[in-house]
Amino acid sequence: MNMLIYLIPVALALGGLGLGAFLWSLKNGQYEDLDGAAWRVLDDDETPVAPVEARSLNSPQSGK
Amino acid sequence: MSCCAPGTEGSLEFSRASLIMPSSEELMLASRSLTPGVRQTDLSVPGVHCGTCITTIEKALQAEPSVQHARVNLSTRRVSITWAEETAAGRTDPQELLRVIKSASGYDAHLFMNEEEAADRLRTQLLRGVAVTGFAAANIMLLSVSVWSGAEAATRDLFHWISAMIAAPALIYGGRFFYASAWNALRQGRTNMDVPIALAITLSYAVSLWETMHHGEHAWFDATASLLFFLLIGRTLDHLMRDRARAAITGLARLSPRGAVLLTADGSREYRSVEEITPGDRVAVAAGDRIAVDGIVEIGESELDVSIVNGESVPQAVKPGSVVRAGTVNLTGSLVLKATASARNSFLAEIISLMEAAEGGRARYRRIADRAAQIYSPAVHLLALTSFVCWGIFGGDWKQAMLIAISVLIITCPCALGLAVPVVQVVAAGRLFRSGIMVKDGSAMERLAEIDTVVFDKTGTLTLGRPQLVEARGKPAHQAMAAAIAAHSRHPLSEALRAAHAGPVPAIDAVQERPGEGVSVETAQGEYRLGKRTFACSAQFGSRISGAVSEVVLSLDGEELACFLFEDELRPAAEAAIDRVHDMGLVAGILSGDRESVVSSVGRKLGIASWRAELTPKEKAEAVAALASEEHKVLMVGDGINDAPALSTAYVSMAPASAADIGRQAADFVFMHESLAAVPTAVDVSRRAARLIRENFALAIGYNIIAVPIALAGFATPLIAAVAMSTSSIIVVVNALRLNRIVKVSEIAASKDAPQAKPAAAEVRLA
Repeated sequence: MNMLIYLIPVALALGGLGLGAFLWSLKNGQYEDLDGAAWRVLDDDETPVAPVEARSLNSPQSGK
Repeated sequence: MSCCAPGTEGSLEFSRASLIMPSSEELMLASRSLTPGVRQTDLSVPGVHCGTCITTIEKALQAEPSVQHARVNLSTRRVSITWAEETAAGRTDPQELLRVIKSASGYDAHLFMNEEEAADRLRTQLLRGVAVTGFAAANIMLLSVSVWSGAEAATRDLFHWISAMIAAPALIYGGRFFYASAWNALRQGRTNMDVPIALAITLSYAVSLWETMHHGEHAWFDATASLLFFLLIGRTLDHLMRDRARAAITGLARLSPRGAVLLTADGSREYRSVEEITPGDRVAVAAGDRIAVDGIVEIGESELDVSIVNGESVPQAVKPGSVVRAGTVNLTGSLVLKATASARNSFLAEIISLMEAAEGGRARYRRIADRAAQIYSPAVHLLALTSFVCWGIFGGDWKQAMLIAISVLIITCPCALGLAVPVVQVVAAGRLFRSGIMVKDGSAMERLAEIDTVVFDKTGTLTLGRPQLVEARGKPAHQAMAAAIAAHSRHPLSEALRAAHAGPVPAIDAVQERPGEGVSVETAQGEYRLGKRTFACSAQFGSRISGAVSEVVLSLDGEELACFLFEDELRPAAEAAIDRVHDMGLVAGILSGDRESVVSSVGRKLGIASWRAELTPKEKAEAVAALASEEHKVLMVGDGINDAPALSTAYVSMAPASAADIGRQAADFVFMHESLAAVPTAVDVSRRAARLIRENFALAIGYNIIAVPIALAGFATPLIAAVAMSTSSIIVVVNALRLNRIVKVSEIAASKDAPQAKPAAAEVRLA
């Protein structure tokens, strides 16, 4: 039963990692334009656009 | 020109073709200053629909020297552009950006109503809540499964403690939406679905914690967390549905102008926002512009399209001294007006006060879920209390009694009920969204399912508010000549004439336009005139036409060459839509501000026997209120500014996308396509949704009838509660998804037996 001492923290940490990743992506504006993202991935010569900048442009007043 | 193959675009059609490009000054006013010298403009481009559109527009914009950054959002169909006010080439004209979009992709861009940031934040909060409670529910369930499979003594206690620690923050973070709503309801002395939810999650957590402290065997942390998770999903879906509709509606072109060009005392021209215009100011209005404030014409003659203001389909001629109203469109000549009222006191303001006075059906309406909660929550709480008292007195063990009461509360917690309504409505709204119908909120669908009367406005609703050529008399060469002359005029009849003509037209120039009369042009053959019969022909005949038809005559030196007859074009599928409305057992009527002859002719064509014409906005609202007082539940469909009070008086209301801003705001439903079929479709889907909601309630109650005795008997362990709860939720969701299938099947059936004999239309007394 001693392995529980690290298995439980490991399980929680992995779950927490997923939760953290989701919250980060939400804050980062990854879900602002789902339809557009689906198309952009097919675009060959994309000049790189910093995602943070894109977010601040798409939702400039949300005050996050 | 479009960036893609023809036919693929146009998920949104616009009925009023005369979308006016906003002026540079208006764009400047609507833009935001980011840093000194750099501004940002958000534009709505309803046409964008694919990856090519994104790259075409972004590349074209980025090629502009003034543009620093451009990004298209395909989901909201918007473009946001950051641009520098000054470049090496001089000052930037923001209108140039619109022209670039238009020439690159072929799509019109326009400004939209800017609001909704608060709603956006709530969406993010809800999504975060779902994520946090989902994390908590999954991990607690993991620990609970270990307990159920036989963890003993110290291990069980440890697992319970960890669960408690995970559940606490989730409960606060995810539960606050329910606590806030339940508290609001209780403070007003009412109860809603959130009251039993809040009570159940709080009590179940408290008792589980108490049990954990006393090394108890059962804890309900998993039920608490997964309950919250399911309910938040329902809440979030509900919000997303409204969000999507709202985004689509605010993406429509703003019709009321933000400002106007003022002529100052020293003769210079200055663009000011409407709020800054005071009575006495002189305002210049170019041909094609929408008038921003009420006023009196000082200089110039023109014709005004007044259809959106009072429903009259024929343009109104104005000359110095005429009174003009805010919202009308100046068609043919430039005007200088003297403002008689500030924007706040103009005609629009009158309409707003009428709307505020109208206590619509929606204010009195109580959501079906809240009505259910009104019966449900006292019953459940009473049941839990009774079981507590009974087990305490007859069993003697008060702790055991407490546990049983809690398990009753958890089992009956309206998890399925909380999902029963939103899931159906989300599926129904998605279904309507695909047909181009936006639903503002779920209660609108519940109300639409109950209506028995449909009242239509005429101009802009049953008809498109633009004339259509119905008959052309004359030689083809003369018809081509007429089309060539008509191309030089912005009058709606000229535009219709030009649009109806296919094939080459002779080249002409030096056209003179006489407002209210027609167009004339000098050529080698003589003077051609196109316009009213009295203007075109020297020999005076009485007008041979009457009623709903307008006439345009082409003449050469006073001799009639060709004659064209126009009628206000009916919306596509108008007859079929009215037939379907009758088939559904609904009564149809017309309330119009237009002349009697026109309204009666449209009524005859569509088979609507009860109509009233020449109504003021107030009379329209009163007519709707009178129907309501006779216990009719009225759906009002209208588009004009004059319909807005009636729209807010009616039990439920609908407006086309081409409606005035205020009409779109007042309406519960907005339909994007030109076809009037949207009206019966919306009613049909709403009725089916209402039936599914009732089915879901029946399922949820049926589940309770089975589960409650188990809980009352004291057999409901946390394991049984978890299984029962999840099953009931899944059943309800699956039942809701049937809506898509049912509607598809019924559409196939409807298209098969559409041309059936229709029953005699029932009549409604509008007077």
